[in-house]
Amino acid sequence: MIVHLAVLLGFQLIGETLSRGLGLIVPGPVIGMVLLLGFFIAFPRVAAMVQPTALGLLSHLSLLFVPAGVGIVGHLDRLGEDGVAILLALAGSTALAIAVGALVFVGLARLVGTPNE
Amino acid sequence: MNSLPEIWTFLAREPLLWLTATLVAYAIGDALFGWSGKRPYVNPVLIAVVLLAGLLWATGVTYATYFEGAQFVHFMLGPATVALAAPLYANLGKIKSSAIPMIGALVAGSVTAIISALGIAWALGVRGEVLLSLAPKSVTAPVALGVSEAIGGSPTLTAVLVILTGIMGAVMATPLLNLLRIKNWQARGFAVGVASHGIGTARAFQVNETAGAFAGIGMGLNAVLTAIIAPIIVRFFL
Repeated sequence: MIVHLAVLLGFQLIGETLSRGLGLIVPGPVIGMVLLLGFFIAFPRVAAMVQPTALGLLSHLSLLFVPAGVGIVGHLDRLGEDGVAILLALAGSTALAIAVGALVFVGLARLVGTPNE
Repeated sequence: MNSLPEIWTFLAREPLLWLTATLVAYAIGDALFGWSGKRPYVNPVLIAVVLLAGLLWATGVTYATYFEGAQFVHFMLGPATVALAAPLYANLGKIKSSAIPMIGALVAGSVTAIISALGIAWALGVRGEVLLSLAPKSVTAPVALGVSEAIGGSPTLTAVLVILTGIMGAVMATPLLNLLRIKNWQARGFAVGVASHGIGTARAFQVNETAGAFAGIGMGLNAVLTAIIAPIIVRFFL
């Protein structure tokens, strides 16, 4: 468990270092994720070891957004007089993006004959 | 012996109280979510946020004090993002065979999110800095803030819009995708990750592990794509 967590933090550290060092727009943890995926492919045994800890952490992913969420409450007044318009834009565009993304995915999967599940 | 107000003054300043409060608020949200029969609009993040915001407001404790304790939870977002490599690895075969649908859905979802957000807000009379702050709202917070700053938006406002988008996506994804009769977990998860980043991804993991893995990829890929195309698209709205 401790070693697994150290692996995750280690890859985050490498990602952070690369992101800052090279001035990349992609955040460090995302780079760390890509590198860890490469590491798993190279060493499948490590993947089998770290898998339970990683999935355990991800099963509580929602919790991790709570502190940031509480932070936005104080900023809701920043929406100002445009508040209703902004909320409509967010709701409309989020629904459209989910619908269009999923429909395109399904359409292309049928077109190229990807096995469906 | 200390009086109650003295004990409160001590506790309110300590990380322990607010770390505990964060976990308890989330546990309440999660329990309500379970009792409701896992209905998507009973969102544990939303419930916890409302409970904690109410508690801070009632006790007059500042967000900075709250965050002293909550930062330990917030910090885990980094390693959790790295941990997304695990479901990606487990789904590697499916990901390889779905490369073409993913690229198509990524471009379509990302462009739709940016243009429709700007378009709707523009039509309703929103202009200037507030309008620009909307463009990167579908991507994960650190990237969205950077993009917002680069295109002349307000990073603070964008942070608010990112969280709201995530919660909206998490709440509406299941009913919307059921309405469209899309049963493919890969398609469902991927679209949610592209449109509503980590909060949508967290929701996808609650529903199905494959959906969660594909949401994680959608989130990661859209972070990169939006950083490239948002600055180009906003030019048409200036």
